[in-house]
Amino acid sequence: MNLHVGLTDFLVVSAILFSLGIYGVVTRKNAIMVLMGIELILNSANLNFVAFTRFGLMNLTGQVIALFVIILAAAEAAILLAIVLNIHQQLDTVNVDEVDKLKN
Amino acid sequence: MNWYDIAFYAFAIVTVVSAVGVVFSRNILYAAFALLFTFFGIAALYVLLTADFIAITQILLYVGGILVLIIFGVMLTSRAFNVEVKRGLLKRIPAVLVVGAMAGTLIGVLTTTQWPSSNFSPYEDTARPIGALLMTQFVLPFELASVLLLVALIGAVIIARREKERGAQL
Repeated sequence: MNLHVGLTDFLVVSAILFSLGIYGVVTRKNAIMVLMGIELILNSANLNFVAFTRFGLMNLTGQVIALFVIILAAAEAAILLAIVLNIHQQLDTVNVDEVDKLKN
Repeated sequence: MNWYDIAFYAFAIVTVVSAVGVVFSRNILYAAFALLFTFFGIAALYVLLTADFIAITQILLYVGGILVLIIFGVMLTSRAFNVEVKRGLLKRIPAVLVVGAMAGTLIGVLTTTQWPSSNFSPYEDTARPIGALLMTQFVLPFELASVLLLVALIGAVIIARREKERGAQL
């Protein structure tokens, strides 16, 4: 067993974070908890980009893409929380299953 | 096993354990605070990957911005604090199966793939070349990102304010 940390170890951490994020998005009812799952997924993707940059499979482009992903995550979190607050005031719930006004 | 490996395993364990806390915690506020440790752990992993600029950006934007926003969201919707935040056990079992299979597949593929040898000398200073890239090759996405942030800011303010006025009219 090779104990020296390499690309694979970072990718495995990233894969675990990705799976946990998917699990959170699928099983949580609270909209803010779903947002936390999405943040985990975005972070795992970023970790992949930065790891590939470090080990020479991508040039510095990977870090620039990670930077753009962080910017988009910030914009997305701001919009999503505004929507959640709006839903909370209008419908008095943050449960994503109960927000089904458009259904009928 | 040198210090680099020890640091990697320590930060990887912090990151994964706190991410488990985010996903499995019953209390939404505890989940938010566990997310804090996840973000810090990932920033530390960025440092280990010699991505100093991304690490600082991660701490400034994620910990200083997004996490504060999330905690504000938790506080402002606090009446829903005690609502059961998880689905029932029967609905969670398929999720566990599918996510477990997906994680196993991903980790299996990642560990069996022969990656190209990694004798690549790391970048010593990333802030300067990233700035140069943003001003040359990535100038269009950079400008689009600034426009997108402006749109998101104005949109968030309008969405969050509108219901108060409507609520006052009602």
